[in-house]
Amino acid sequence: MASEPPLLTMSGITKAFPGVRALDGVDLDVHSGEVHCLLGQNGAGKSTLIKVLAGAHQPDTGTIRWRGEPVTLRSPSAAMRLGIATIYQELDLVEHLSVAENVHLGHEPTTTGFIVRGKAARASTARLLHRLGHPEIDPARRVGQLSAAQQQIVSMARALSHDVRLIVMDEPSAALDPDEVDNLFRIVGDLTADGVAVVHISHRLEEIRRIGDRVTVLKDGRAVAGGLPAKETPTREVVALMTGRNVEHVFPPRPAETPAGQPVLEVRRLARKGEFEPLDLTVGPGEIVGLAGLVGSGRSEILETIYGARRPTAGQVLVSGSPLRPGNVRAAVRAGIGLAPEERKAQALLMLESVTHNVSVSSLSRFAHAGWIDRGAERAAAHEAIRELSLRPDNPSVRVRTLSGGNQQKAVLARWLLRGCRVLLLDEPTRGVDVGARAELYAVVRRLATEGVAVLLVSSELPEVLGLADRVLVLREGRVVHEAPARELDERRVLDLVMADSPVASEGSPAS
Amino acid sequence: MTQHMSPPRDDTGKATPTGQLPFWRGLMAHLDVRTLSLLGVLAALVVIGGVTKPDEFLDTRNLQLVLTQASVIGVVTVGMTFVITSGGIDLSVGAIVALASVWATTVATQDYGFAGILFTAVAVGVGCGLVNGLLVAYGGMVPFIATLAMLASARGLALQITDGRTQIVTVDQVLRLGERDAYVLGIPPLVMVFAVVTVIGWLVLGRTTFGRRTVAVGGNAEAARLAGIDVRRQRLYLYLLSGLCCGIAAFLLIVLSGSGQNTNGNLYELDAIAAAIIGGTLLSGGRGTITGSVLGVLIFTTITDIFALNNLQSDVQQIAKGAIIVAAVLVQRRTASTT
Repeated sequence: MASEPPLLTMSGITKAFPGVRALDGVDLDVHSGEVHCLLGQNGAGKSTLIKVLAGAHQPDTGTIRWRGEPVTLRSPSAAMRLGIATIYQELDLVEHLSVAENVHLGHEPTTTGFIVRGKAARASTARLLHRLGHPEIDPARRVGQLSAAQQQIVSMARALSHDVRLIVMDEPSAALDPDEVDNLFRIVGDLTADGVAVVHISHRLEEIRRIGDRVTVLKDGRAVAGGLPAKETPTREVVALMTGRNVEHVFPPRPAETPAGQPVLEVRRLARKGEFEPLDLTVGPGEIVGLAGLVGSGRSEILETIYGARRPTAGQVLVSGSPLRPGNVRAAVRAGIGLAPEERKAQALLMLESVTHNVSVSSLSRFAHAGWIDRGAERAAAHEAIRELSLRPDNPSVRVRTLSGGNQQKAVLARWLLRGCRVLLLDEPTRGVDVGARAELYAVVRRLATEGVAVLLVSSELPEVLGLADRVLVLREGRVVHEAPARELDERRVLDLVMADSPVASEGSPAS
Repeated sequence: MTQHMSPPRDDTGKATPTGQLPFWRGLMAHLDVRTLSLLGVLAALVVIGGVTKPDEFLDTRNLQLVLTQASVIGVVTVGMTFVITSGGIDLSVGAIVALASVWATTVATQDYGFAGILFTAVAVGVGCGLVNGLLVAYGGMVPFIATLAMLASARGLALQITDGRTQIVTVDQVLRLGERDAYVLGIPPLVMVFAVVTVIGWLVLGRTTFGRRTVAVGGNAEAARLAGIDVRRQRLYLYLLSGLCCGIAAFLLIVLSGSGQNTNGNLYELDAIAAAIIGGTLLSGGRGTITGSVLGVLIFTTITDIFALNNLQSDVQQIAKGAIIVAAVLVQRRTASTT
């Protein structure tokens, strides 16, 4: 391999988004005919890296060489012209079009460059599907009628309909049955035998052993190990690379003893069919309880059900002893529950609005006399709340979209601080938050707890749950399998618990 | 002043300390670029009108006429601005105006005199708004479809009531409101109603919990719901409000024309949407400005007047309106991407 330049060389790739450095000098080289695996936890930068490779994101710095020649991937179509095809985890198919129309979308076979030759498109699609081992998929069928696995195959066919030299697959096996995974790997084998390179993203270590040639591990936007032999590197070493922290977070000290008192939040046999099993939990005043588990273990669903954003199929939620009307967000808010949801921008923030308006939106009636808002009082109260959380800039008039991820999260917390909530539900509170800003958020959460708020925390980052919470519930497939004070647990123990009988190798990976 | 309630800032969105600024910068900080450019367009139109037809255009009677004509569509546009700000749309406003105007001018209604006509116009408007609101908020229908259905039904009902005939108003008290004797300091009562509706709309959108919730629902309905806002009830109220504005507009139209016709309010929905959009209200919701909408209405009405004075056909007017809409949206996209 030394004589020939690698098919693809990415060096020193950096990419920053407001408030987050998603990629911090990543190197990656891929040779023709190899399967190169990318490993890393959620937020490690894998998605950003493949988007750079697909031409969907432009790197801030760094160079990309294709067969030794420097190239700029200005757009997805530029990447496609070079022969780079990407199959995203979220399939990007048009449901109302047929299989053949999807496969040839953007490069339909035509006569006189205008009239689509439907028959030719269907014939070539049938050939591709045959090559992929799925001749039973009818090219004329609407994609919306196909199963998830079949849609995945259509995505593959679309990638192969171009003259492709490199295929990027983002967790292709996540939606597939074991049989279908076997078929997928057979296809990957055929492709690499033809000299096509594959960049494979997966959380399943055993898959990487099966088809991978080399492994690059990403963590916090850096490649902590590049080009390790996929079959020989010990699992222990790979997991250590993924989870080991090179930035040690400073977690605020826990109080000497958990304050006693009646539980503020009480959940009794709460369940949602197909999402999580009947669940009991209590959170006392001043206590931080963490829920640890894989994505798909029902963590976010539990929080949203407690909050009333989803209707439970059984059980009830009590705040300070009084039961809440189930499935009603306003009842939960009135009872003093606040939620900092996982998708901050989509679920919590009014991006066009100022910090003041974002903070006050749940407490408007407090500043209103007969519906008339006292804007001075509103602004002053919002200012006090954001100052208490040291949100920067210290100006409630700036628009919330100009803030960094950590400060946007503080704006959400300030909303509940202003409302005076007694229960705070935190779903992935540090997602998209700069490593440096996290410690500050942890301190804020602990301080709110010290003031008597009951906090229920969900995070796919184990160190966060273990470092911040007082007590931890470990979830597996919608069931609590273990409960213990956080100081009695460590990462390895929790990983064992959440992954028992599961083929998954790290926290934060989809179990489905 | 803008309706999105930002504190003093310049057009780049940076906070500007107003203290040490010269006067004009301070004024600039309060009037955003969009409002200024609308005022500029309106001023340019006045100049064009004054130059092409100096005697007719700047005549008091003509200006009174322009404002009177702006009043009917203006009141509708205020309601429409609220609906669009919340991320919705109301295509039925013209049809509701038609239905309310004919229902309020039937012989039976006119027996009850002034109060009967006013009450019926408003009640029909609010009733239609209630149906729209229930369909959208609780029936889960897309606003476009629900209000399109209302457009068709209300127009049909209006035709059924009138059988295509013009219903002449015989109640003197109503007719007198449109006469010159009723003008106060040269201002027609219709224009005063428009002004009052505008001021109330401006205050409600910018200074009340109702307005704030409207903006929140339009900006991010899911976030609004998770923040504890009753999104469905808010949507219901918004269509009620739009219906109320249509009812008021129908009454103004009855005063203005001295009659009720099933063809009233034709294409008001498009004029109102266009005025709101060129005024700076986002069609996708989350930002709305009553000042901008009213300026949009005044711009459109002034163009119509200038074209009429210059004996230009209405097809030329339509082309000019279309060009203005395109230009305004292009300018907004530019300013949106640079801020």
